[in-house]
Amino acid sequence: MVTRRTVLTGGVTAAAFLGASAWAEELNLPRVKLDLVAPPFVHPHEQVTKAGPKIYEVTLTVHEEQRVIDNDGTKVWAMNFNGSIPAPMIVVHQDDYLEVTLVNPETNTMPHNIDFHSATGAMGGGDLTLISPGEQATLRFKATHAGVFLYHCIPGGDMIPWHIASGMSGCMMVLPRDGIKDGAGRPLHYDKIYYVGEQDFYVPKDKDGKYKTYDTPGDAFSDTIEALRTLTPTHIVFEGKVDSLTGKSAMKANVNDLVMFVHTQADRDTRIHIVGGFGDYVWETGKFSNPPQTNLETWAIHAGSAGAAMSKFHQPGVYAYVNHDMTEAVELGAFAHIEVEGKWDDDLMKQVNAPGPIPVDLAKHAEILK
Amino acid sequence: MRIARNIGLPMAAIIAISAVALANGMALEAERVPVPDLVDLHPGAFAYRASGGFTRDGKPEEAPLVTVTVSRPLAMMKHQVTVAEYRRCTDAGACPKIAQTRPDRPVVKISWQDAHAYASWLSRETGLQFRLPTDEEWAFGAGEKFRDDVLPGGAERADPGRRVLAHYELDVATDRPADQEPQPVGSFGENRNGLLDISGNVWEWTDTCYARNALDARDDAGPTSKNCFVRVVEGRHRTYLSDFVRTARGGGCSVGIPVSNLGFRLVRDDDPWRTLRSVVEWAQQLAGLDA
Repeated sequence: MVTRRTVLTGGVTAAAFLGASAWAEELNLPRVKLDLVAPPFVHPHEQVTKAGPKIYEVTLTVHEEQRVIDNDGTKVWAMNFNGSIPAPMIVVHQDDYLEVTLVNPETNTMPHNIDFHSATGAMGGGDLTLISPGEQATLRFKATHAGVFLYHCIPGGDMIPWHIASGMSGCMMVLPRDGIKDGAGRPLHYDKIYYVGEQDFYVPKDKDGKYKTYDTPGDAFSDTIEALRTLTPTHIVFEGKVDSLTGKSAMKANVNDLVMFVHTQADRDTRIHIVGGFGDYVWETGKFSNPPQTNLETWAIHAGSAGAAMSKFHQPGVYAYVNHDMTEAVELGAFAHIEVEGKWDDDLMKQVNAPGPIPVDLAKHAEILK
Repeated sequence: MRIARNIGLPMAAIIAISAVALANGMALEAERVPVPDLVDLHPGAFAYRASGGFTRDGKPEEAPLVTVTVSRPLAMMKHQVTVAEYRRCTDAGACPKIAQTRPDRPVVKISWQDAHAYASWLSRETGLQFRLPTDEEWAFGAGEKFRDDVLPGGAERADPGRRVLAHYELDVATDRPADQEPQPVGSFGENRNGLLDISGNVWEWTDTCYARNALDARDDAGPTSKNCFVRVVEGRHRTYLSDFVRTARGGGCSVGIPVSNLGFRLVRDDDPWRTLRSVVEWAQQLAGLDA
C-alpha cells in the first residue's frame, strides 16, 4: 500500500535525483581525479591549458594524530587533511570545478569541515561539509578567482583556532587558463614549484616549563586554548616540523631556474626572505589578476592567505628560505634551505680578500702619535 | 702536506713527587672531592686534521692534515663530567647553577666559561691540575671516533657555490644522534682508548682558540689571526662556538649540523702526576711489562 507519506518522500527523492542528474548533464564536463602529494611538492599540472573546463575530484581525509614537531621530541595532537601539515596543494584552472570529498574516519573524535577561500557561499563550503567521525560529504564549487588560496577547517567556536593551530590548513592554486603573466602581460613559466606551509604551534607547558603531552586531543583542549590566548607560539615551523626542509629534505633547484614558491600562513602575518636571493615576481596577496611586484627582498604573507613568489637563482650554493623575523626562524623553526646547483659567476660575486688580520696603516698610526 | 707539531712539554723535576704525596694525604679527609676516573693516553704520533680556517694565496682552502706528536703521557677523564660531579661545584658556589636533575647524565648546557670555572674549582679541591684538552689532545683521545670533516677531492674547491654545497652534502651524510636528551654515562660505548661516549650526543669544549692560517707553498701554516672568544668544540663533528654559548642551535642562514648538547671532559695536567707516570712506566719497562 502506498501511503501519502511514502509518496511524498518518494516524490522528494525523485525530484532530488532528477535535479542532481540534470545538474550533472548541464555541466557535462570531463572528470579528472587528482592524486594529491604532500608538500613541499605539488601534483603534476599544466601551467597553461587550451582545454575547456573540467571537474577535478579530490579526497581529503581528516587525521587526528600525535606528531613530533621539533628535534627535541615535543609532541602535539595534530589535526590535518591527508596526513600532511600543511594539507596538499590542489591545482586547477580558473572556471574549472573542484569536487572534494571530505572524509572523517570513525577513529577520529571530533566533527570537522572545510572552508575554501577560493569558493564563494556557505562559509566557503564549511556549512555544507560539517561531518562527524564516521561520515563523509562531497562539495563541488567553481573556481572563479585566479590565485593561491588557503583552505582550512572551520568547525565553530574555540574549535576554529584550535583546529587551525593544530595543522588543519592547506592551499589551492587556481591558475589563469592562459597561465601566469608579468605586469606587461608576458607569460611567466616556472621551472619548479615548491609549496611551503608555515604553521604556528602553541604547546602547553607544565610548572617547570616542560612541554606537556596528552593522551587524547580532548585532554589537550583546555590547556591548548589557554596557550593560544597568549598569542605566543612555542613553535613556528615549515611543513609541520622543525627542519622539514633542511638537510636531506632541502629544496633543490638549478642556476637559472625560475622557481615558484607558494607560501601559506593561516594564523599569523609572516615575511619571507631568501638569503642570497630575490623575489623576482611576487604576488604578496597571491592573486594572479594583479600584476606581480618585482625585485623584492622580502615579501609579506598576510595571516589567512597564501602568497606566491617566483625567484630566479643566479649562483650555485645553499640558500636559506626564512621568515625574516629571525627569532621566529632560528629559535622557533621557520627556516628552510634550497640547494642550487650550477656554476659560480665571479662577475656577480667574488671574495676579493679572504678574512684575515686588519693591515696596519703605519702612516696613519704615525699621524695619530704626533 | 705534513707538519710536525709537538705538544709535549719538558719532564718535570723529580722533586715534585712530594706534592703528589701531599695531595693524596689530603684526600683522606671525608669531604674531599674525589679525583675523577682518568684514562692514560700513551705518547704517540697521529694524523690530525688541523682546526681553524685556512687560506692559500688569499683563497679558502681545506685544513691540512698534520702529524701531531704527543710526547708525554696524558690523562683524560674517562667520561664526560656528570650532573652529580658538576653539582659539587655549583653547591660550592664556584660554578653557575644548572637545571638538570638526573645525576648520572653528562652535564650539558655548559659554556666554555663554565667548563673553565669547573676545571679551576676541581684543581683547587683536589690539589691537582685539571684543564680542558686542546683540540689536538681531544682528537688524540677520540682516536677512531674522530670525524674528519674535510672535503674529499679538490676539484670543487675553487667554486664558492659548489664548495658550500659539498660541505652541506657532507653534513647531511653525517649521522645525527637519534635522541637529543643526554643519556646515562657509557650509553655511546667505549673507544679504543677506553674513553666513554666520545661523539655521542654531547659535544665537548676544547681549549683551542679559533685561528686563521695562511698556507704557504710547502703547506706550512702560519697563523694570521687568533680569536680566543671562540673555541673549538668537538663531537660528531667539529664546530666553533663563542665561549659564553650554552646551547647552540642550527637554523636560519646558518648551514651546518647543529650541536645537540654542550658538555665537557677535562685532562689532568700536572707535573707531579707526569713525573709519577714516567717513574711508573720506567719501572714497568724495567719489569718487562707493557706500559
